[in-house]
Amino acid sequence: MRRSVVLWLAVGWVGLAVLPWYAIEDGFWNFAWLDGYPVDGDFAPALLQGLGHGRWWLLPVCLALAAPVGILGRRKTDPWFAAVLLMAGGFGLAYTLAQGFAIGIRGWEFEALESTFGELGDRQFGMGYGAVLVFGAFLFFLTEGIAARGAIKGDVFVVGSIGLVIALVAAFIFFPITRILISAVQDNDENFAPALFFTKLFSGDIWGLECLTANLSCGVAWNSLFMAILVGAGTTAMGLAFALIATRTGFRAKKLLRVLTVLPIITPPFVIGLAVILLFGRSGAVSTFLEWAFAIEPSRWIYGLPGIWLAQMLAFTPIAFLVLIGVVEGISPAMEEAAITLRADTWRTFVTVSLPLMRPGLANAFLLGFIESLADFGNPMVLGGDYDVLSIEIFFAIVGAQHDQSRAAVLAIVLLAFTLSAFYAQRRWLGRKSYATISGKGDSGLHMHLPRRLKILSYGTALPWAALTAVIYCTIMFGGFVESWGRDHGFTLRHYLEAFSVTTGAHGLVWSGAAWNSFWTTLEIAAISAPLTAGVGLLTAYILVRQRFVGKDAFEFGTMLSFAIPGTVIGIGYILAFNVPPIEITGTGVILVICFVFRNMPVGVRAGIAAMSQIDQSLDEASLTLGARSFTTLRKVVLPLLRPAIVAALVFSFVRAMTAISAVIFLVSANYDMATSYILGRVENSDFGLAIAYSSVLILVMLCAIVLIQVAVGQRRLGRRGAQQFGLEGSTG
Amino acid sequence: MMAGSTAASVRFQDVVKAFGEVVAVRDLSFTIEPGSLVTLLGPSGCGKTTTLRLIAGLEMSTSGKILIGEREVTKLPASERDVSMVFQSYALFPHMTVLENVAYGLSVSGMPKAEAHAKAEQQLALVGLKGFGARLPSELSGGQQQRVAVARALILEPQVLLFDEPLSNLDAKLRRHVRQEICELQQSLGLTTVYVTHDQEEALAVSDRIIVMRNAEIAQTGTPHELYEEPADLFVADFIGDANVVTGEIKALDGALAVVDIGGVERRLPHRGLPPGEVDVAIRPEAIHLSRERVDNSLSGTVSKATYLGSHLEYSVETPLGELFVIDHRVDGFAPPGTTVSVVMADRGVTLVESG
Repeated sequence: MRRSVVLWLAVGWVGLAVLPWYAIEDGFWNFAWLDGYPVDGDFAPALLQGLGHGRWWLLPVCLALAAPVGILGRRKTDPWFAAVLLMAGGFGLAYTLAQGFAIGIRGWEFEALESTFGELGDRQFGMGYGAVLVFGAFLFFLTEGIAARGAIKGDVFVVGSIGLVIALVAAFIFFPITRILISAVQDNDENFAPALFFTKLFSGDIWGLECLTANLSCGVAWNSLFMAILVGAGTTAMGLAFALIATRTGFRAKKLLRVLTVLPIITPPFVIGLAVILLFGRSGAVSTFLEWAFAIEPSRWIYGLPGIWLAQMLAFTPIAFLVLIGVVEGISPAMEEAAITLRADTWRTFVTVSLPLMRPGLANAFLLGFIESLADFGNPMVLGGDYDVLSIEIFFAIVGAQHDQSRAAVLAIVLLAFTLSAFYAQRRWLGRKSYATISGKGDSGLHMHLPRRLKILSYGTALPWAALTAVIYCTIMFGGFVESWGRDHGFTLRHYLEAFSVTTGAHGLVWSGAAWNSFWTTLEIAAISAPLTAGVGLLTAYILVRQRFVGKDAFEFGTMLSFAIPGTVIGIGYILAFNVPPIEITGTGVILVICFVFRNMPVGVRAGIAAMSQIDQSLDEASLTLGARSFTTLRKVVLPLLRPAIVAALVFSFVRAMTAISAVIFLVSANYDMATSYILGRVENSDFGLAIAYSSVLILVMLCAIVLIQVAVGQRRLGRRGAQQFGLEGSTG
Repeated sequence: MMAGSTAASVRFQDVVKAFGEVVAVRDLSFTIEPGSLVTLLGPSGCGKTTTLRLIAGLEMSTSGKILIGEREVTKLPASERDVSMVFQSYALFPHMTVLENVAYGLSVSGMPKAEAHAKAEQQLALVGLKGFGARLPSELSGGQQQRVAVARALILEPQVLLFDEPLSNLDAKLRRHVRQEICELQQSLGLTTVYVTHDQEEALAVSDRIIVMRNAEIAQTGTPHELYEEPADLFVADFIGDANVVTGEIKALDGALAVVDIGGVERRLPHRGLPPGEVDVAIRPEAIHLSRERVDNSLSGTVSKATYLGSHLEYSVETPLGELFVIDHRVDGFAPPGTTVSVVMADRGVTLVESG
């Protein structure tokens, strides 16, 4: 008798016969339903719904869930064991999904069904706890059946994990994207309208080229593309300058460089745009100074292309730096030393050897900057002016006066096509080449120092940039203490009090500040989603690095895909997909958590893959031959060695959940407002003081969180090996 | 620890392992007797490590049957087979102490910690590492790590013990020492042991039997003596020890012997079932003696290269049969290049093989 089958059978039956089948109106964690349970038609479990409430279409689910009882006594090698599990799981999943899509809040969802079966006279809502458990049971019946057939060495845990990840990715990445595609070829009343699709797709506001011939603005697609190319090229050049200074010069403040580049990661992207306004806007510090000193009339030049470019450059240069520093460090010093002993001077060595070796890294950095710029929502929102880009247009197509769902879907498809092409190009041309790693063999040589003119060039670009970044951050940190930026520079705590005041009321403390609500929500959502992201990401990484199976490439593509999907696209996909049954979760906190988990999953996957590739596979195998199953092995051997990757995944997913804006802005609701969308709302009302005060608090909170997580998870205990790693880091300087 | 009581045989029946298009192991069949030490020997990429991993359950065969003892294990995962393995890299868990490493197999099978640790202490003492339990693996020398890996593998008293190139990370001097230790341990415990190596000297030294593999198939199976003296083909002859391969001709058969003409020299050698006609002759480098005097029934040659190696001399000699490689242990009789010599073949170390 297989314990796992018994377990999932029990889970399935609890879901079917005990817990409410349909989603509870007032949220996932609300237990008011216990009141009318189990007789009330809204809260009854599926079994009662089917028998007592005339929802007969739920009864076949029970049948599928009953089937595995028959094989409990059989052995794993018995062909019936696998066959029954496969059939019960496969049929159960397919049927439960089918009935969920076929019957919605208006009864039959498809006319064909209505005409075949007649009017239903009943309806159903989104699925709830019960359905989730039953789905889980069916899924794991299916995977257990596949494992019993001998897939992946018959490993139940691994097959189950693969099945789980596939199901989640299908539900929360592919399903929303498919909904966008469907929506794009429909008019706003959900009728099939392919002609309209083509009209919208090739319309002048997207592809117009008027800016070349007349003083008009070009189509949004060209605007976005142009901006992305400028930002990609700019961040790559700047990142290279920083990377060269950090690895190949005797620059003293290298540590400071590193800190400076970590800061933007914990900064909500549009905060930089905000600071840019405070400096260069009409009443910005620099503008005021220029007016005072040189009588230059302040203007709105910063709004539009220059402003967005500046803000994105500041925000994304660190990403290019992080990519390039790995590449620049990864080039074996022996290559350069070889060139020098062959009588090449340092300049020729750099041009003929070092630079070509960096080429994959440069292309990678460019593409990342390109994708980030296309996907960026916050900065264009704050600084866009008349310069329209895709991500903003999508947003206004949905929330603006036009409320044109299908136009939003078409724009989303254009944006998705751009980012996916870039993503594809990156994978196709560069593949894994850019993961230059330091091999086990000691490269004892030292990197050569930069040739003189290059050094001057690098310092000349990077240091002013670093200074500008520093000024930006000072603005953010001090901006919140200024009465009214640009007009009245008196010191005040007004903005902080407005946002974060706490008063004592009759029942203890009252969080009376305006920001508390969104602040606590943000912390809660980020704290819930971080471990989930890390878990899903690391599990996926484990599957990708350690297992071989048919279709692994497709699996990898699917799990990394959300990396290339801009947040606005995901946001709109979630609205379209999850606003109606069977998965009806818009307006809840759950949708925010899910959104973060699947948007940030690739970060966890990458961290996991990088760390796991460094752990010798023979460690896992040793554990397996010593009688530990794969789950035990994962828990006792792999995870403890993965601690740094766990920290990285936790930190990144926490921070990204707190700083994200693009997808979030579609998904927030009155009950679940997030800090970023709250701040953006303030900015739109020109309440810069509170916005900047709140932003600086967020940055501090994230810094604390990073330090806390670092301490909590701790360092990996490897004795000498750890010491050597630190030694390595030290010697590359 | 009960000597020999747990040892079991290992049997492969037509086992195939393919990775996509690439066949790593083709129709492999062999039996390993209980309590014997068998080496899988071959050049890299021949399928020997895959074979070992098939026994361990770290790879699943594409077809065929694998039996350990009387039990079929073909579809059992590694964690359910009674087999332990010592890895090439030792695969000691770097985040556990030596004691925790050794006790790992017992703890994951549910033994209480105190008991598992007590047993692990005993096991460590057995491999001569008493008192090292609290250290981390990284604080041990390579040889000590190797012993920890062996102790960890032995603690489960497996039916079969597997070694994947266990000596390859040790320096040359230590290798001989550890090799002996492994042999002694294996004999005293009477364990069925399968050992993978690409080093023929190591294989000859430790094995009861050797399975020589080439291109995913078995080239020859036999005792070290059989393989060295009677290689089945040129590949084995050349892989086990060096061999000069020259062409000869079987003139006639005479009972078990054949009259062979090797470059004009006539010899009587076991014919090993070969028919009259052209034949390859494998001549061991130490089976050739060089003489400065004229000797009957010998080839004449000229030394083209001579190398002094302390314990012996190595020569290249130009002969009508081609260039021969010769090892001469009479170090004082150094013959400089250009010397004309008679090339005499010894009675042993000259073998007829089927021309391939």
